[in-house]
Amino acid sequence: MIKFIINGLLRDHHRSLFPIIIVSLGVWITVFMQAYMSGVLTDMVDTNARFASGHVKVMSRAYAENADQVPNDLALTGVNEIMRGLNAEYPDMTWVKRIQFGGLLDIPDENGETKAQSSVAGMAVDLLSPGSTEIHTLNIAKSIVSGRMPEQPGEILISDELARNLGVTLGANATLLTSSMYGSMIMQNFTVVGTIRFGIQMMDRGAMIADVSDIQFALDMNDAAGGILGYLPNRVYDDLVCQEIVGQFNSRYDNTADEFAPVMGTLKELSGLSDYLDLASNASGIIITIFVIVMSIVLWNAGLLGGLRRFGEVGVRLAIGEHKGHIYRSMIYESIVIGLIGSAIGTGLGLGSAYWMQVKGLDIGALMKNVNMMIPTVFRASITNETYYIGFFPGLFSTVLGTALAGIGIYRRQTASLFKELET
Amino acid sequence: MRNILLFIVIFGLLISVNAQTPTGEEILKRIDQNQVFEQAISTSTMIVHGRTGDRTIQSKAWSMGSEKAFVEYLAPAREKGKKMLKLEKSLWIYTPEPTDRIITISGHLLRQSVMGSDMSYEDMMESDELRDNYDANVLGKEIYNERECWVLELTANNKEVSYYSRKIWVDAERWLPLKEERFAKSGRMLKMTEIHEVFYQDGRWFPKRMSFKDMLSRGGGTEYIIDSIDFNVDIPEYRFTKAALRK
Repeated sequence: MIKFIINGLLRDHHRSLFPIIIVSLGVWITVFMQAYMSGVLTDMVDTNARFASGHVKVMSRAYAENADQVPNDLALTGVNEIMRGLNAEYPDMTWVKRIQFGGLLDIPDENGETKAQSSVAGMAVDLLSPGSTEIHTLNIAKSIVSGRMPEQPGEILISDELARNLGVTLGANATLLTSSMYGSMIMQNFTVVGTIRFGIQMMDRGAMIADVSDIQFALDMNDAAGGILGYLPNRVYDDLVCQEIVGQFNSRYDNTADEFAPVMGTLKELSGLSDYLDLASNASGIIITIFVIVMSIVLWNAGLLGGLRRFGEVGVRLAIGEHKGHIYRSMIYESIVIGLIGSAIGTGLGLGSAYWMQVKGLDIGALMKNVNMMIPTVFRASITNETYYIGFFPGLFSTVLGTALAGIGIYRRQTASLFKELET
Repeated sequence: MRNILLFIVIFGLLISVNAQTPTGEEILKRIDQNQVFEQAISTSTMIVHGRTGDRTIQSKAWSMGSEKAFVEYLAPAREKGKKMLKLEKSLWIYTPEPTDRIITISGHLLRQSVMGSDMSYEDMMESDELRDNYDANVLGKEIYNERECWVLELTANNKEVSYYSRKIWVDAERWLPLKEERFAKSGRMLKMTEIHEVFYQDGRWFPKRMSFKDMLSRGGGTEYIIDSIDFNVDIPEYRFTKAALRK
């Protein structure tokens, strides 16, 4: 039976070619879109987690209220003790302290006078402690364009673009002008030992990466930090797990009115990616639903057109005594074969193009010159387990559904009027 | 005849009232005469009431007129040795070893707070002579802190000033601005200063303890106390040079 159907489809291209092309195209788009959306959203979440909010983040309440302004005068204090507690309670997680700061980087000439000056967006991370995970988390070593990693206190990395704008050479002195935790203007000398490019426009415009101990000293932030970031053991954000940790931690400080008491938040709450994360979790469902609806309508129409074209064939088959149910089922079987072939071709094309996008990426850096969000400048697709089957079953289902809807017409044919219909 | 006499009495009273009310220009002139001096060396204490606690900063200042000033910070240890030089419209800050840098404060850096206080470098750079930059209008007399004060409304006459308008309560006898509110063009109050204690020295009244409050910050304001001031000094010109910053 199956061999008979396949032969029929192969010999009559009009019966199979158009539906297969339609199904292939639909599945291709679905597979590619799923991989692309998954890649973009995963990258956005991952970038925010690595650079800004961790999977969970502890700040002082006052700091959290104005976190956008990076108010280091409201920084979290007693950081070492809080970190000890977190490490004891959640030993599988990674806890790191970070300080974000803004300021001016002033490059002196040979007389110590200002030669060049530019604003910087600074990030202080643990660069020098043995076993620090920060270099890996922020992918710092691999982001170095020239020079080397800081090895001594007082050494910093700055963004490659900033270095070029300031005319800084490796080994040059640079003075950071910023505000201390107590609001007074401070100046601190550093040595530029390397330049970096993260591929994140916000960072690449004017980033300065320094060791957290250096910045704690410079900003008079003894045992203080902007925040403590926590990462789940597998480094993949899980909102439910994070919410549970946040609930446990914050419940300890429910009864205090101290505006400098620590407060923990999840990446979803802190990064402004709440809507994106919700979209990410529903993306596959949305794509499949749209695909099935659109494909079913298209294939229903294709089936109707096919039904019209095969009006005579169905009539003859009914006239020679074939049951309506048998004809209907044989058309469904045909659609299954078409669906299988179309879905296989579409999945193959989708995986191929998604892989290309995963490797090459789409560089939107030129569109993001003034964007102040932690978004990578190159959007890449990401092939997940879901990518392999996300288009296949909807492709098959929509083909069968389209044929089933179109095939209902078979039951409306009256045997008594067949010869009259065939004569016309 | 009775009507003529009544007119003369009322007219005379009006003239005498007007004669007692100085113009805004006159009041500002008296303030400037009181506050701007030829040369002085002073030591002062600044207490910054921040959200995380109080900080006390001590400094010594050399000043010549309203155009030249040199400040050296004495305490706390972290700020000790930092120096500041103001020459007319230029301002430099020096941070001692190991940084050993002199930085020109200009542009948006002028809006930075001075040592974390409620006062900005821009406030420091403003000409002390209010008459240069503001048109004054006398609103009337009020009692403020048990002192009789002239209330003045000042409106900027040029765009270089930091505050579009000010309202000042000026001690009618000692010619000190006991209270001052500084406003943006939108009408929003940006800063408030008050003089809480005064002292008399060498023929002039001077603030002893005053407070600044940045109305946009949630801190508790900044107290400024003049510990000592000497007007009878001869400051060498060298003091007001960039070379003196590194000395």
